Amino acid sequence: MKMQFDIAGGDFSAAGGASSEVKKTLKQLNIPPATIRRIAVALYEAEVNVVAHAYSGVMSVEISPTNIWVQIADKGPGIPNIDKAMEEGFSTASDHVRQMGFGAGMGLPNIKKNTDSMELKSVPGEGTTLEITVNFN
Amino acid sequence: MNLDQIIELIDGEILIANENPIEYDSAFASDLMSDVLRWHCDNMILITGLATIQTIRTAELSGIYCVILARGKKVSDEMLEIAGESDIAILTSPKSMFEISGILYQEGIKPLY
Repeated sequence: MKMQFDIAGGDFSAAGGASSEVKKTLKQLNIPPATIRRIAVALYEAEVNVVAHAYSGVMSVEISPTNIWVQIADKGPGIPNIDKAMEEGFSTASDHVRQMGFGAGMGLPNIKKNTDSMELKSVPGEGTTLEITVNFN
Repeated sequence: MNLDQIIELIDGEILIANENPIEYDSAFASDLMSDVLRWHCDNMILITGLATIQTIRTAELSGIYCVILARGKKVSDEMLEIAGESDIAILTSPKSMFEISGILYQEGIKPLY
């Protein structure tokens, strides 16, 4: 099963909408609740990252009988130093993002924690692509 | 602890209740949704002063079914709509996060972390 969602940069009121749709689909597929939670949290963190930092993004989802693969590709400023971005507590988020309850520098580490594989690629000035996989068993 | 017991303790009001009653036994208090997304246990309450759509989205996506908004924070129709779709209860209390946390802790609600 394949799904695709557009994510608008800066639109905090809509942030989480795509993750919510994926969560509903996984529920219908009777995936175990603890696994759904890991996926939902990882996708939400990724979606908030696009809203907080990029101009626009696309979430592409592929669900197989054994796992879920998701790519979140954005057009935006990119991440100059991925190792630094992966450190807990490091953040370049604006005050506005922090007022919304995010931007504490814990999103990427939390995505890693909740997924079975995570790959992050970025070209400064162009954008960032995150690919994650979570196994169902 | 059920919703009726909670609101009595915190002088609160139920803005939207769970369709399926839940017994809550633990809580986490934070305005930082990044922190809320890091830990989880079943039947937990989120106590927060942050009344935004993202508060309810955070609850929805992290499997939290009870949100207590401290210091009488107002909710929007959209927040109630998302809460209703995901069977999330929203409670408000005129008390501060500190006081709500203290009262619930005293009555046996356990810290999550």
